[in-house]
This record gives sequence, C-alpha cells and structure tokens, in this order.
Amino acid sequence: MMESKIPEGPLSEKWNTYKAKAKLVNPANRKKLNIIVVGTGLAGASCAASLAEQGYNIKSFCFQDSPRRAHSVAAQGGVNAAKNYKNDGDSTFRMFYDTIKGGDFRSREANVYRLAECSAHLIDHAVAQGVPFAREYAGYLNNRSFGGVQVSRTFYARGQTGQQLLLGAYQALERQVSLGKIKLYTRHEMLELVVIDGKAKGIIARNLETGKLERHSADAVVLASGGYGKVYYLSTLAMGCNSSAVWRAHKKGAFMAGVSWIQFHPTSLPQHGENQSKLTLMSESLRNDGRIWVPKRANDDRNANSIPEEERDYYLERRYPSFGNLAPRDISSRAAKERIDAGHGVGPMKNAIYLDFSDAIKAQGKDTIEAKYSNLFTMYEKITGINAYKEPMLISPSAHFTMGGLWVDYELMTTIPGLFALGEANFADHGANRLGANSLLQACVDGYFIAPYTIPNYLAGELNATKFDIDHHAFEEAENAVRRQLDRFLHTNGTLSADYFHKKIGRLLYEKCGLSRSRKNLEEAIIEIRELKASFEKDLRITGDNTLNSELEKAGRIADYIELAELMCYDALQREESCGAHFREEYQTPDGEAVRNDEEFCYVSAWEWKGQNKEPELHKEPLVFEAVELAVRSYK
Amino acid sequence: MKLYLKIWRQFDASSKGEMTDYEIDGVSEHMSFLEMLDLLNENLIQQGERVIEFDHDCREGICGQCGVMINGRAHGPLRNTTTCQLHMRSFKDGDTIYIEPFRAKAFPVLRDLKIDRKAFDTIIASGGFIGASTGQAPEANSIPISYETAEEAFDAAACIGCGACVASCKNASAALFVGAKITHLALLPQGKVEAPKRALNMVKQMDLQGFGNCSDTRACEIECPQGISVLSIARMNLEYMKALTFRK
Repeated sequence: MMESKIPEGPLSEKWNTYKAKAKLVNPANRKKLNIIVVGTGLAGASCAASLAEQGYNIKSFCFQDSPRRAHSVAAQGGVNAAKNYKNDGDSTFRMFYDTIKGGDFRSREANVYRLAECSAHLIDHAVAQGVPFAREYAGYLNNRSFGGVQVSRTFYARGQTGQQLLLGAYQALERQVSLGKIKLYTRHEMLELVVIDGKAKGIIARNLETGKLERHSADAVVLASGGYGKVYYLSTLAMGCNSSAVWRAHKKGAFMAGVSWIQFHPTSLPQHGENQSKLTLMSESLRNDGRIWVPKRANDDRNANSIPEEERDYYLERRYPSFGNLAPRDISSRAAKERIDAGHGVGPMKNAIYLDFSDAIKAQGKDTIEAKYSNLFTMYEKITGINAYKEPMLISPSAHFTMGGLWVDYELMTTIPGLFALGEANFADHGANRLGANSLLQACVDGYFIAPYTIPNYLAGELNATKFDIDHHAFEEAENAVRRQLDRFLHTNGTLSADYFHKKIGRLLYEKCGLSRSRKNLEEAIIEIRELKASFEKDLRITGDNTLNSELEKAGRIADYIELAELMCYDALQREESCGAHFREEYQTPDGEAVRNDEEFCYVSAWEWKGQNKEPELHKEPLVFEAVELAVRSYK
Repeated sequence: MKLYLKIWRQFDASSKGEMTDYEIDGVSEHMSFLEMLDLLNENLIQQGERVIEFDHDCREGICGQCGVMINGRAHGPLRNTTTCQLHMRSFKDGDTIYIEPFRAKAFPVLRDLKIDRKAFDTIIASGGFIGASTGQAPEANSIPISYETAEEAFDAAACIGCGACVASCKNASAALFVGAKITHLALLPQGKVEAPKRALNMVKQMDLQGFGNCSDTRACEIECPQGISVLSIARMNLEYMKALTFRK
C-alpha cells in the first residue's frame, strides 16, 4: 500500500528516468478526462493551469472569493533556486544537501534532489510569466542568502515574493478559464472525498454563497489545499487556512505522515492580548541584518536602548557562532523559547525577544536598511505603533508551516489511487523542518513540473476504466454524511462559539504539542482533546441557517482540527527522539541540543484512520540514504 | 473603550438592507478592526443572533479579501492601509463608526458586508496575463530587465485586488485595477508582445462588467492600500490608444 515508487538509478538521473518512462495520454483523449483540483494557491493554480494547457478538463475549487487570495500570497521572503548566479559555490547537489540536512535527515533523498533539480526551471518560468523579481543594475536577477544556508540562492520580489509568484500562477489559471479548459468554483469548500472501487472519483463541495451541496465527479482528484498550522489558532496563517480537505481524505483511507512536524517561525510578532486572532509574520530576511538578543539579567524591565552592550545576550551568535542569527528556523525558534522560559523574555507580556537593527544602521546607513526592508518596518509600525529604526523590534516564534500532511509516493499520489496531494498538503520534501524559501519552491515545482508528468501517467491507465457519474450511490452517501454533519452543528444548541473551541484546542497544542513536547504532556493532551471533542459535540452554538454562514463553515473546520490534534499528539508521542521541529524534552544533550535516533526512527510515520475513538495505526516508510551520510545536524 | 456601531445588514443580493445599531464595550486599542468585529460577533452568538458577515482572510494586508467602508472611506481613516491592518488605536472611546460594504453595481452584496468581486477575475481572464506555457521557458537571465523597470513593474504588480479603488470612485471605475495590471505587464519585455491585445480586451471587459469610466478625481490612488499611482491609468490609456491606432 505504501510503495514509494522511487525510480532506479543514480540520484541525479532518477527524475529524468521517470519522465522518459512515464506513460502519455494522446491529445485527443485528454479532453475526455476530468481532473478536480482543490485549492488555488501556488500548488493548485500551477497544477490546474499546467494540466489545462495539456488539454485536460479541470475543475478548480477554492473557499475564498477569488483564487488570488490563496495563502501563498502572504509568503514574503523568497524562493530558492540553485542557479549559482553569484558564483559562490552553489549547485543542485549542495541545495539538495542543505535541504536534507535542514530537514534533519527525515525526508526522501529522491524527492529532495528533484526539488533542487527543478528549482532553476521555476525561476525561468516565473520570469517568463512576468514575475518582477529583484534585479541588479545590470539587468540580471539578484538574489540573497536566507536562514540556514551559506550561499545566495534566494530570489525575491521585495518582501512580497509569494504574492508575485501567486499572481503569475493565478493569471495562468485565469488564462485557461478564458479558454474554457478550467471551470472555476470560488467560495466552494470541499467537504468530502468520493471513493469508488478504491479510487478517488470526486468530491462533495458546499457552495458557500448558497449553502447548497454539490457533487463533482472526475478521473483524478488533486488536493492542493495547503497546511494546517492554524490548528494552533494563533499562527501566521490566514483565518481560513484549514485541514478539512486533507482530513476528510484521511478518513476515507489516505494516510497522514509526519503529522506533528510543524514549523514555528522565529520572526513573528508576539501575542499582545486575549482577543487576538493571529500573529503576523515578519520576513525572515530581516535576520540578514538584524541581531537577536535578550537582556542577560532575567526580568530586566529597562527599555531596550538603555541596556548597555555588555548586558545583552546575543544568544544565537553565542551558541551557534558559524550561523549566528541565520541559524535555521527550528533552532532559532527553540532558542528563543528557551530564553523566554528562562525569564529573559521582553515586551509587555514578556513573551518576545529583540531583533535589533542599530548595528546594521550604523554600518550601512539608514537609507540602505530602508531600501532593503522599508515595507516590513512600515508594517511593523502599523501593527505595533513602534518605529523599529529607533528601537529594536519585538519578535517571537509562532506556528507556521506544516511539514506533515498526506503521505504521497514519488508521483505525489496518496494511498488512495487517483488522489494526489501537492504543496503543503503533502508531507514530502521538507522532512522534520523546512528551510526558508523552500515552501514556495515546493508548491510551484509540484504544480508546474511534477504533477503534469505523474497525473497523466496515472490517467493513461484510466482511459478505459468505468466512468461513474454523480448519481452513483457513493456520491449520495458522501453527500448525506456531509448533510448530517451540517445539521448536527446547526441543531446542537449549546452555548459556546466555534471560535471558543478553536482557541481551546490551539492553546492546548501550544502548551503540550508545540515547540517542545514530552511524554507526560502528550499523554495528558490526548485525554484533554477527547474531553474537548465531547464538549464540542454538545456545547457548540451556531447561529444563522444553512445558507451563507461563516460560523457553520468554521464549525466543520474545527471538528476536523480536534480530530487532527489528537493524531498530532499520537505522532509526537510515538517518535521518541528529537528531530527538526519535533523536540522531545526526554531526548536532548546536556546543553539543550536535539538528539536524533537514527537506529530506531529513520522512517516516515504514516498513520491510518481506524475509526472514531479508535487509536490510529502506524505504518513506517523506512528512509534509505545513499547519497548522503546521516550526520549530527550542527550549526555551531 | 466603548463604541457605537452602525452596520449595514442585508440578507442577500435581492433583499433591502439597512443600517443597524450595535454597541460594543471592552475594545482594546491594540485590536485590529476585524478583531473588533470578531468580538461583536462573539457577543451576537451569545445572544443567539446571526453574526455579521464580512470578508477577510490573511489579516496581514496582502490577500485583498477584506475591505469595508468605514465612516465613508474605503478601509477606514488611514492612507494605504487595508481594513485588517487598521487598529483600534485610530479610534477613541465613545466614537460612532459607520460600517458599510464596498458599493458598486459590479460588486453585488452577498450578505451584510460581503460582496462579490468576481468581475475582477473576469477582467484578468480577458487578458491580464502573459501567454507563457509551462515547462520550456528560456534561461531567466537571457532577458535582462533594468533595475528601474523591474521596480516600476513591481509598483504596479503589487495590486491586491481588494476593490477599494472602485468603492472610492464616484463612477465605480475599475481603471486603477486594470491600469495596474496593464502597466505591470506592458513594462516588461515578456509582456510587450501581447500588450495591444491585452489593453483592448481588458478595457472592453471592464466596461462589460459594469464598471464606470475614469474621470480623473484620483480618489482611487488615495485609498489604495498599495499606493498604486494613477500614472498606471495614464499608461492604460496610452496602451489602449496605441492599440486602437495601430491595429488592423
């Protein structure tokens, strides 16, 4: 069931070998095949547009009012590509190695190598689309270095790289809409996957404008529905980000892998109060010039500028001299938490650290810093009312990117034939930690360059398969199940809002399955999550009716989050080692560094849903390393 | 702080809407405007009432989905700021705030403050792209673009499609939105080839969607969260006139 399908041959030849052997579909037959793509972010829009270009019929779904709102739009920093434009020693292999090491040796070699290999083409394609990447005065592309690597391979469009890449993909998608190859369903949410004879054959979607349930059939279904970091409630994600599409596919038989591997971004704005709905991300590129510190003395209440140099602890530079402020995200985040927990946190809630630009301004001048980061400084001032040219920024780690997701093979197909998962919705490529500027890359590469080969390879075998239409009883059963759930939410008549439960589950995970985890906490969390689930079932209050109703939408997402949270805790509990974003307190060195256990845990944990109130079943995909040696991941 | 809110409630596109009074207490100056609405909705749920529907998503000022008229101004009193990035420190205890949807014939109200902006997507589909197919693009550095041109293209490309320009315009014109896309793509060598066709198609589609004409009052530029310049409207006109003059 879990065959990874990694092609034979040397690492650098695997993808070429696959492409050369992949089955093709005759152009005349392509228009007979229908594909559903859920999500219109970088992975979804690029996949929909690419397959439509080839001649397939695509139905594209998003819950937002326009495909252009997908959360890929918010990514700031950049996108990696091994172009070696700076002649500073970059190569496909080095990028592959950095990503494998960054992921703490918990990702598949073949996938990661392919990611690095395709990265150069992505820059070419995005430039062809008109993405206005930063340029040198000579007219050539500019790039910069980003957290966790020592070469300059990050291409960027000011602090809005995600926005510009997404607009490129969105425009490509709209071009196919105008050509009639893509039918767009905005304000539609996938609420169920339809599986017939073991294969993905369609979805049930709710029209969020009218409340009507719709049946859509297809020859293949692609989930590009993003990550689930919003399970923590306070996170850097958009309010609508959710796990529903992947979770409902999981309950239909698709395995979830690496579920508890969730990256906490080190440079978010700290929480300031109880009614806060999200934490705003500041681009990690700020760490190129900003120095991170806290007061040496615990509970030091002095204003930042009046703390003298010798009483400041530049803890990243102290602990990780060779990477310093550019240490990877998991390490930087955990180091911040360690200092905050030890009483050195700053700001009104004592939950932040300083990101200080005074040295950079002294060395380079205010104008240079302004040219690099002015939009971020303006945003910071808008939100906090503080001028960061004059005093250090207050920042803090917050839940961000999910490395976990649906288990997929080398073809990006889940354990349900015909169901593919792309971008952040799948678990592949990042291992236990994602390097900065690799998420846009993975989403784009999955959609533009990989799925356009692997999905046709699957569809070639489906040409003569039985066609099912939406009258099939599997569609009826799926629709009824969705209807029953919506009715239940509307008629629970409790006293607590959907948001109440979201905040509860979020806080619980932050405390017990967040930046650090322990057996005791995780075991407690599983019990508390079950209690919360019981409370949700009888205490929820949804006002309004079954037409346009944002509260009803939230209820479904939170029901899924509660179940997902439980699986996250099982995953974290089972993995008795520390790796990447997963830090088990029982497994650390005396000076607080993670201790990985390659003898016992060098595998991907893939979980099978066994039913309500039953423990999930663990399946293991062993990770085989041929091109790299498993090393202790040190940034010292 | 305590605030008096007058909020537009409308059941659906075909119903008649009206301003409805609400009071809200316990608003902190650090809350965003949308968090204030969250708090109000939480109160409504406690009272068993249907919540006020409003659009929002990223709450970082970049997705473009939020946007309401606040005291008659798109996205509220600050310049170049989305509704989600407006914080309650811009208001004071005891204020009365009027909250309405962005109004335009091309943006029908779906419910309360939620509107339908599909017209923008339809305009983009009519030509707001470069017809580059996937997979075989030339080496990126084979097309040098000067630093200044890339920056100028970026200034226009930064549009978030929120619709504040339309809502602020007395003619409900989409000229700033369309002008921004035409400018972004026409400035770049890759986009020049299709520039005439793009300008003709997008302008035509803008009219078909029911947006009004630009009469150069420049209200759009003042309310644009991304500070997009009305010069992009001038470039739209230039590209359109060039295309009209030389087509055949």
